[in-house]
Amino acid sequence: MEYKMILTDEQKAILDGSKGEVMAKVMESVVRYGELFGAQRLVKVTSKYNHLVTSFGLKMMTPVFDLMQQLIDAGVVSGQQFSVDPRPLDKNVPANFLQKFIFNNFMYSKQDFYENQLKSLGLMSDDAFTCTCYMEEMGNKPSKGDVLSWAESSAVVYANSVLGARCNRNSGIIDIMGSIAGFVPEFGLLTDEGRKASFIVEIKTTKKPEAQLLGSAIGMHVMEAVPYVKGLDKWLGNELDDAACTYLKDFGAATASNGAVGLYHIDGLTPEAKELGEKLIKEDAQVYVIDDAELKRVYDNYPVIWKNKDAAPKLCFMGCPHMSLEQLKSWTDRVETALKEAGNKKVIIPTVFTAAPKVLEEFNKTDCAQRLKATGVITSYICPLMYMNNPLCAKMPVITSSNKLRTYTTARYYTDDEILMQITKGGKK
Amino acid sequence: MKTFKGRIVAPGTVTAEALVSRGGLNTLASFQKALQFGDKKATCGDQNNPDLYGQEMVGKALCLPMTIGSTTGGLVLYCACAMKRQPACMLFSEPIDSLAAAGVILADVWLNDVKMPVVDSLGSEFLEYVKTGMSITVNEDGSVSVE
Repeated sequence: MEYKMILTDEQKAILDGSKGEVMAKVMESVVRYGELFGAQRLVKVTSKYNHLVTSFGLKMMTPVFDLMQQLIDAGVVSGQQFSVDPRPLDKNVPANFLQKFIFNNFMYSKQDFYENQLKSLGLMSDDAFTCTCYMEEMGNKPSKGDVLSWAESSAVVYANSVLGARCNRNSGIIDIMGSIAGFVPEFGLLTDEGRKASFIVEIKTTKKPEAQLLGSAIGMHVMEAVPYVKGLDKWLGNELDDAACTYLKDFGAATASNGAVGLYHIDGLTPEAKELGEKLIKEDAQVYVIDDAELKRVYDNYPVIWKNKDAAPKLCFMGCPHMSLEQLKSWTDRVETALKEAGNKKVIIPTVFTAAPKVLEEFNKTDCAQRLKATGVITSYICPLMYMNNPLCAKMPVITSSNKLRTYTTARYYTDDEILMQITKGGKK
Repeated sequence: MKTFKGRIVAPGTVTAEALVSRGGLNTLASFQKALQFGDKKATCGDQNNPDLYGQEMVGKALCLPMTIGSTTGGLVLYCACAMKRQPACMLFSEPIDSLAAAGVILADVWLNDVKMPVVDSLGSEFLEYVKTGMSITVNEDGSVSVE
């Protein structure tokens, strides 16, 4: 096959089979993928670790497991170890008998098999399962300028925007192909031009906007474009401290799932915006103004796809993407205080806070862990999205403050304050 | 009859009945139920897509602007192809997105007997003209005839 891309002699030799047929197919996948987007060359993956989006042993993914086995059998594995998205199952998360039976014996019957494959392919550790691998506790935090071969959309947008790494919005499987090849095609968000903003978003709200709601509004408006956000540093400050990073984690996940944003710049806060400022904005950039009315319009337009719109919630999920340590601690305080105000001892709706295994490990060392447990809130490493993605759970009235979970499942979105009220006071002010 | 010219993403020729999604196709939401529960006709399970929800996708000429949704989209499309539950062809009015591109290329490289011609960049006029139920022929040169 003829390629337009300029390849090195080594890359051409791999394509011609110098490292075997399977490695040739890996390289062909990466090269053809890049050719479709006009990539001129392949560039080295420079991050220490990779991250994969596919963590679930869903029976329907048998063709993927067959492909992974081809890689393992041929000894074609990555030089990089990797973390992977969260596990889909956790016995701590409430589920009825039928749900458990279907999860374990039908839907995720390949989970153990697939996790063994992941170990053979280079999984960092037995607990490297999270969508927030970039948390300090998890140890997979790329540096500014690192070139990545990731696919998890919330992690890609965080790595690009908050950490200043470079990664396209890849699909699952392409992530591991790039890591094995050691190269990814240079296009889109890997280029300086591709990182320029074609939208200016002006924040003119009267209070700090809800991260997940603001991200949703921007994502739905700009879709896959890069937005340059002005006026948010007024609420977040000019330092990427824990609170700002946590806010941007949730904001970014909403931009990526409600739209297809892979990179945003926050004026005066994110690394490239601090370095280059308005030079990052394209000349013909469109302007999108967000005020209180616009956020209300977006919120009011979310469809509620519960069969009974007035059903009492049966479960609440917080942590899609996984919560940070800072979030777990601050929510412990908030839940405790709200319960006291309501005269309740435990949450009214079964509530699950999800976080990365190593974040939970750190959280469990603090006094907050026992205090949160006393409120009845359950902590888990599960992927709420995978839990919800089946007909049984889809019928359950589940509430969340995650706009990603709302987008991909039947879960109903509420703001953080509304969620707090629902779980501690049953929705009464 | 009207003919549109696009870019060949995966080569091949086919004639099939059009199935049109005016909005982006959420690959995971559309295929998951069918792949998980053995629906050989791949009935679209995406409740948020009024054009496709409940429609059989196997063997149809799927006409769409782009795919949207989870970045598992590419591997879901790959699985659909491996399980023989793919459309007859995929015809994009826009340049193909990275998720669909991954699925199409992975299927073409790693699966031996999958035929799913894919053409992109057919233009917005293509999607305005084509209606579900029309007959579509994908030609070897990437042109698409609609009647």
